[in-house]
Amino acid sequence: MSSPLTTASPAAPAEPAGPGRRAPRLRRPRGGHQPGRPKRSVLLTVLASLVVLYTVVPLIWLAVNATKTQSGLADSSGLWFARDFALWDNVRETFTYDDGVFTRWLLNTLLYVVLGAGGATLLAVLGGYALAKFAFPGKRGIFALVIGAVAVPGTALAVPTFLMFSKMGLTDTPWAVIIPSLVSPFGLYLMWVFATEAIPTELLEAARIDGAGEARTFFRVALPLLAPGIVTVLLFTTVATWNNYFLPLIMLKDPDWYPLTLGLSAWNSQAETIGGDVIFNLVITGSLLTILPLIAAFLLLQKYWQSGLSAGSVKE
Amino acid sequence: MRRKTGRLLRGLALLSTLALGATACGGSDDSSDTKAVSAGDIQAALKKGGSVTVWAWEPTLKSVAADFQKKYPKVKINLVSERSGDKHYTALSNAISAGKGVPDVAQVEYFALGQYALTKGLSDLAPYGADKLASKYTPGPWNAVTEGDKVYGLPMDSGPMALFYNKKVFDKYKIAVPTTWDEYLDAARKLHKADPKAYIANDAGDAGFTTSMLWQAGSRPYQVDGTKVKIDFSDAGATKFEAVWQKLIDEKLLAPVNGWTDDWYKGLGDGTIATLATGAWMPANFVTGVPDAAGDWRAAALPAWTAGEKASAENGGSSLTLPALGKNKELAYAFVEYANSGDGIATRVKEGAFPATKAELESPDFQSTKFEYFGGQEANKIFAESAANVADDWSYLPFQPYANSIFNDTVGKAYVSGTTLADGLKAWQDASVKYGEEQGFTVEK
Repeated sequence: MSSPLTTASPAAPAEPAGPGRRAPRLRRPRGGHQPGRPKRSVLLTVLASLVVLYTVVPLIWLAVNATKTQSGLADSSGLWFARDFALWDNVRETFTYDDGVFTRWLLNTLLYVVLGAGGATLLAVLGGYALAKFAFPGKRGIFALVIGAVAVPGTALAVPTFLMFSKMGLTDTPWAVIIPSLVSPFGLYLMWVFATEAIPTELLEAARIDGAGEARTFFRVALPLLAPGIVTVLLFTTVATWNNYFLPLIMLKDPDWYPLTLGLSAWNSQAETIGGDVIFNLVITGSLLTILPLIAAFLLLQKYWQSGLSAGSVKE
Repeated sequence: MRRKTGRLLRGLALLSTLALGATACGGSDDSSDTKAVSAGDIQAALKKGGSVTVWAWEPTLKSVAADFQKKYPKVKINLVSERSGDKHYTALSNAISAGKGVPDVAQVEYFALGQYALTKGLSDLAPYGADKLASKYTPGPWNAVTEGDKVYGLPMDSGPMALFYNKKVFDKYKIAVPTTWDEYLDAARKLHKADPKAYIANDAGDAGFTTSMLWQAGSRPYQVDGTKVKIDFSDAGATKFEAVWQKLIDEKLLAPVNGWTDDWYKGLGDGTIATLATGAWMPANFVTGVPDAAGDWRAAALPAWTAGEKASAENGGSSLTLPALGKNKELAYAFVEYANSGDGIATRVKEGAFPATKAELESPDFQSTKFEYFGGQEANKIFAESAANVADDWSYLPFQPYANSIFNDTVGKAYVSGTTLADGLKAWQDASVKYGEEQGFTVEK
């Protein structure tokens, strides 16, 4: 995969004027080439700003509108505050509405993430390491299988998976969400590539010569080297599980096992039901609360996964 | 009841429809069901007790279930009430095709009943005595739940149409409340001219609304006889509807807002959507969804296609059914009867549901109910008259949920591009015919 950290390179399509233009060279600041500080490009800065705007405006909208009451939502501008500031009331009501079912949904989501995403990462690490560092028959076949699996959208498998789980009597239980989440072809592929690059085979050989068993070699030598990759895969699977909607939608009927995505959607669809409580304010506040843990996870783990993404991209 | 046809989950609805179709022939054997069940059997089952799982989103059922359990302490009603619409039908179809996790009672809207009845997904309630209840209900809903001598559910509520209008806006611009659709068109022009931000109505293409309007105009596009289906959108009624609605679209007199969204609630509240032609269940939604406009709105009879004519139509409404694969049939039927034919009706009407039973509709208590939200108007009189004027020869397709799911790809184009409504309806007809043939129906065009 291409590294997003190198996008500011001078080779970017900032000057479409064609060959022979020398202007970029002349504009370079004094001091010449500094490897740590790539040259700025106006076009890219503008493009990046647009992208930032595109991604941040919905977030701002969410944060601003979480402060409004139901009627404040209806009669105030979307991107500015209403007269009343109801954020704390909204948060309290989100957690207490319908006997505090939101907390239950939050705990469910955490359960699915810890077991599903955690398990998926564990399996991806073990599998990726084995595929990268051990030779065994059928490896090419597995490679084709994994690449193929990456291309199949989970949505396409949902209905067959439902029928299979139904036969096993697992629908409407947490297992119906956790077990399919354990499979992450993309995570496996990422770990495979990462392990190939990050763990020098010589190091493993050295460990083996020193008398370490395979388990010890894996845990003591390979695992620390894989840490950035593990964090990256963990973040990917966490986000996928946290946001998973379609799978729980068809697997679960009992609201007590809903993850947040389904719960919020159920709250939202109350507005479409006769006599149903219209609680857009709680849907919005609930959505804001739902993304906070993800934002926190990204911020806390940022440095690990950034180094993970670029590792192996430069030949030493 | 819930009128928004899902765009978001269209694919999902399609998948489940296919899944349902695939297992249609492998469903349970209907004949085991046809044994008559006496009132004594049901009483015995109630004494013995057990549990009944109900999938329904109708909010008043919570109180009904509580009352029922109080009356029959040995029966546990397990009300699963979080979902409505597409998601509900997807879950129900999935459960039926999987043969597991099927509820004992399921809420099914009238437009979707045909699909489940035809695929033998539902039990015939006639052997339980439901066939003797015909005279209790108004013709529209009763016609919707029956097919020949089979009864596939008991009507829970109905949606005789009425015109809800924002009196404040109409008074402000001195516009008369329209009594015909031609006057409605004039009112739309006047209003939009007086306030370019205001529209007579919102319509971004809604299958449920369009079929109801065709129903009122006398069009009968769907003729269904078992697996023989005729689809034709070219009769005189459809032409009447197209003529008026095409002008509303061409002159940009309709707010391009989808129903049931936050924009819609906002428009109903701030006067930019001035009328709403919909089912009589709407007052409950005004109260919860548009609380700030209390006092602004009134109800009136649905405009007529010809002055003085009284035809009306149903919009929405749903029934409680017994899925064929459900368990505890006697208890399930006892609950359905209690909720939709017995004491449950009073509870539900009190909480804002609109009944499908004649006795309630005609009772002085019901008719003289003053709606605080409508400035003290006795709106039920209008609704009850509408209910009496609904023609009972309308039928939906046995695959109406699918047909509704493709409405926006066909008729919906008339709202956003140069396609005419007539061409859109023709495209809808063609697509429905094609799907019907693929599903093994004999389709006559």
